[in-house]
Amino acid sequence: MPTAVAFTKRASQLLGSVTFWRGTVAIVAFILIWEIASRTGLSRVPAPSGVVLTFNDLMRDPSYWFSWYLSVRRVFTGFIAAMLLGIPLGLGMAVSRTFYGISFPVFEVLRPIPPLAWVPAAIIFWPTQELSIMFVTFLGAFYTVVINVIGGAQTIDVRYFQAARSMGSSGWDIFRRIILPATIPSIVVGATVGIGIAWAVVVAAEMISGGGSAGSMGGAKGGGLGFFIWNSYVGGSYTQIVVGMISIGIAGYISSALLRKMGEMVTPWLRDQ
Amino acid sequence: MTLAPMPQPVGGEGHAALERAGTGSSAELEVLKVSKSYGTAKFEKTVIRDCSFTIDEGKLTVMIGPSGCGKSTLIRLLAGFERPTSGAITMRGKPVTEPGRDRLVLFQESALFPWMTTYDNIMFGPRARAERGSEPRSRAQFLLDKVGLGAFRRKYPTQLSGGMQRRAELARAMINEPSVMILDEPFRGLDAMTKKLMQEYYANLYEETRRTTFFVTTDIDEAIFLADRILVMTNAPAKVRSVVDVTLPRPRRLEDLIESDDANVTKMHVLSLLHEEAMKSFAHGSKAAADFLDAYSKRIRNPS
Repeated sequence: MPTAVAFTKRASQLLGSVTFWRGTVAIVAFILIWEIASRTGLSRVPAPSGVVLTFNDLMRDPSYWFSWYLSVRRVFTGFIAAMLLGIPLGLGMAVSRTFYGISFPVFEVLRPIPPLAWVPAAIIFWPTQELSIMFVTFLGAFYTVVINVIGGAQTIDVRYFQAARSMGSSGWDIFRRIILPATIPSIVVGATVGIGIAWAVVVAAEMISGGGSAGSMGGAKGGGLGFFIWNSYVGGSYTQIVVGMISIGIAGYISSALLRKMGEMVTPWLRDQ
Repeated sequence: MTLAPMPQPVGGEGHAALERAGTGSSAELEVLKVSKSYGTAKFEKTVIRDCSFTIDEGKLTVMIGPSGCGKSTLIRLLAGFERPTSGAITMRGKPVTEPGRDRLVLFQESALFPWMTTYDNIMFGPRARAERGSEPRSRAQFLLDKVGLGAFRRKYPTQLSGGMQRRAELARAMINEPSVMILDEPFRGLDAMTKKLMQEYYANLYEETRRTTFFVTTDIDEAIFLADRILVMTNAPAKVRSVVDVTLPRPRRLEDLIESDDANVTKMHVLSLLHEEAMKSFAHGSKAAADFLDAYSKRIRNPS
């Protein structure tokens, strides 16, 4: 099987590389220092050994996984909405000078407002708490996506347009075969950065609003990884706080990796140059 | 094809028109007293002033001039990307007002669409005009093979070498059957070996198709190797300083440039014209250029 061969080859390359071992040693050293600092009382952060034990327990706890599910759902709903609205808006602003003149000033006034400043307004204006968290998450990704799409579409080499027009292309054909593909790499960058911001925002929004009326993490309204951390803090379970933090790190990493992979699939011309 | 009445040359600025009358070939593209300025009325910069010449059917016309003399501006006007401030450019008698497939430009650096494979790049024109059926596809395949990229049809431009990119771009233009090919220093930036190969390849291609060509360069050897006629430009604002006919027989070989006396005399002549123009642009002249010319003229007189 060629993929198995390729995998073995990659694995052996990885194990032979200095960079890989340097990174591994650094992580191990970091965990060791952390463990020692906690045990000697230098640091009040719970020791990694304790965190691992708690993590092991939580793996079998459905309410922990439900927090994952809630946060992931919010991030992806907000993110997909940001892409669906942001890409056409950005392209529209890049293509039409009139539309740019009308919408860009409004956009630029709203953009500096941090998504978290929207939390109270969102709670008031949206019918459910779930929708208000999704809305704030949407905002987090939205501005980055739009800015990247505008930037990408406005910096297309003028010779591409000249060449295309000379060969008889115009209007929709230029949009579909020049502007759109030329902007895809910027869309991918905007999406990768945007989903990172969406994670940062969702956690904070859950901490502020997510507790809501429900005290427990399972089943009821609110919840999510942000609330999981907050709840652990209120409950005094410090190892759970750390587990929650690491969970968000893992979730963010997986989302970005997923988007990068999808980005590579839609930009085959940027591969192995 | 009927020719419009010959415009009367004014002052000393009618070389091209006079020249055409002499050789009897017909003009495909005609540039008549064209000027191009940029900026506001107060801070106006004139890049081209009162420039006239013709690009004759089936001929390879090379334009050579000091760098920054407005050659690229002229190309944008010929292609229809910009309009002249005054004067007229006509294509077979009709004024040029917009880009069109009858005049295709090969830019200085590759303008292949990076997101399309070689094949899709070549098919761009036919698809833009919604030409359907197997005919455009077989033409694209024919051209791919002709430029030696048959094995690279599924590769993206960044996976091709510089010379391959140039050839892919030639194929992308040729599939549209342009009446005139306009090339703006197409082989600049290629390494010396590839450049020579591309020059030979292009000379062969031209000799085979005899497609009307306008070729801009700063390389005197390239100019003499390829040209039927060389337009020597003045320094900015640009206009035609003089027209030099190159009578070397075709098919040509790069060795002709060294071996043929004709080629050397032409080169000497064009170099001295270029040198004068270059001198004007340096306040105190260039001693190095003068020394070079001096040495060169001695070499011509005493070949041994």
